[in-house]
Amino acid sequence: MNSRLAAITLNTFREAVRDRVLYNLIIFALLLVASAPLFGEISIGLEKLILVNVGLSAISIFGIIIAIFIGIGLVSKEIEKRTLYTILSRPVRRWEFVTGKYLGLLLTLVVNTAFMTIGFFAALLIATRTFTRDDAGLLVAIYFIILQFFIVTAITLLFSSFSSPVFSAIFAFALFVIGTFAEDLRNFANLAEGLTKWLAIAAAWLVPNVSSLNVIAQVAHAEHISGKLVLFNTLYALLYSTAAIAVAVLIFERRNLK
Amino acid sequence: MRAPAIEIQGLSKSYAVGFVRKTLKPALQPLHLSVEDGETFGFLGPNGAGKTTTLKLLMGIIFPTSGSARILGRDFHDPDVKKQIGFLPEQPYFYDYLSAPELLDYYAQLCGVPSEERRKKIPALLERVGLSDAGKTQLRKFSKGMLQRAGIAQAIIHDPKVVFLDEPMSGLDPLGRREIRELIHELKAQGKTVFFSTHILSDAEALCDRVAVIHKGELRGIGVVEDLRSKTAVKSEVVWQGSHALASVGPLVSESHTTGEIVRAAVATQDLDMLLEKLRQNHAQIISVTPVHGTLEDYFLIHTSESEKARA
Repeated sequence: MNSRLAAITLNTFREAVRDRVLYNLIIFALLLVASAPLFGEISIGLEKLILVNVGLSAISIFGIIIAIFIGIGLVSKEIEKRTLYTILSRPVRRWEFVTGKYLGLLLTLVVNTAFMTIGFFAALLIATRTFTRDDAGLLVAIYFIILQFFIVTAITLLFSSFSSPVFSAIFAFALFVIGTFAEDLRNFANLAEGLTKWLAIAAAWLVPNVSSLNVIAQVAHAEHISGKLVLFNTLYALLYSTAAIAVAVLIFERRNLK
Repeated sequence: MRAPAIEIQGLSKSYAVGFVRKTLKPALQPLHLSVEDGETFGFLGPNGAGKTTTLKLLMGIIFPTSGSARILGRDFHDPDVKKQIGFLPEQPYFYDYLSAPELLDYYAQLCGVPSEERRKKIPALLERVGLSDAGKTQLRKFSKGMLQRAGIAQAIIHDPKVVFLDEPMSGLDPLGRREIRELIHELKAQGKTVFFSTHILSDAEALCDRVAVIHKGELRGIGVVEDLRSKTAVKSEVVWQGSHALASVGPLVSESHTTGEIVRAAVATQDLDMLLEKLRQNHAQIISVTPVHGTLEDYFLIHTSESEKARA
């Protein structure tokens, strides 16, 4: 990584960790994870199932919220506050700026997820008193959640490269929600005919396939996650987010920053 | 021959306005300008004249509709050129969650200053701009003057050859303005080229080797401050010996003062030749002829007024 990209990445990370909003979200998420055993109390025999579902969902949802709400301001705030003027007057290429902002937010999300994972496993240990071999699957689910962050952050950055923060948030969240039904969209495309079929296929390819990155239900039931799925999901998330960032860069490269 | 530090060749910018029928509204007419190496150059104009547009074009923040520019002999978009330039935007707003040393460290990293050099340079520069006491205070707690000083520091942390300052004195109190003036003097003494925009004419008069006046996106005048001031000399003061001659030149002079045989009179520059001729005819002895210069402000007002445009 070149030094300018590293500097922008670390500064974006520093901005996020000094933002009080982030701490509010993390504390709230940790409280939710910590309270998961209480949900288990009311469902005898299902403590672990409930805890895994609530805990991993909390890690996922709060990460998505952070990705979208910090992501929409990554570029627009720098334009609005004109901090970008002093950045672009340096030997910084626009692609380095966009990519650095993206990597900085991803770093924030990974560190944040690491803390929440520690909280989650602590809650699990308190509730079940021991770890089993199947619990390794939980780490795979968390890895997939991080891959979701790759995609959601890239989409948010893409929208914010040409749209206002509010619309960027709406578009990114809508696309994420549609992405959770990506498998259904593909099934629909298989059943449809004519123009509808082609439109459905195009939509199925364009929306992020978030559903295949959600294995919370499987790991909660101690189902095995195949190595093939891990490999496929990793490649998919990398390719999808790279494509989204590439489009964001293309738009940003041509933009007049008033 | 050395290339000019800044060479602007027909740089222009227009914005599309209107929702349905878009028309192009020029923000900057094709601008031709050259700034020599080591020169302190003032870019003057009222608010909305096109000063910031020009600087934003040169910094690559917006793209020109036409034209190009060269800085230090290379295309202004060349990233290597940007290692040699520093920029302070108008009313700068920096990352307010950073402290001044962190801010300078970040900008120095972006310019590729090695970490060892950064460690030495940052405290020295903070001392130089009077921010050594700011310590770990975040920029959100800085006053306007402190922010401006931090802004100047970030513009010169990498020791650039050309420094662009957009309204560096705006919003500062007299003390703050003097400090910034001293800093610009220091930069000049170090041989740096300084290009700064301002609408505070006394600053330009005190600091600049040359100035350009821009109004409504159009260059209205350019030159050495003294030359421009001399162009506002609409009157001359003539002193002669021989008070008897005053009666015959009376209609030509606007005001006069007689002390014994010595007459001191003011005359419009266009009537000067006729006055001198008549004085000779009346055998008066001419002692001195002094053009009465206006200020840079006079020049500025003449070249930014609508009447000047109508006359042109």
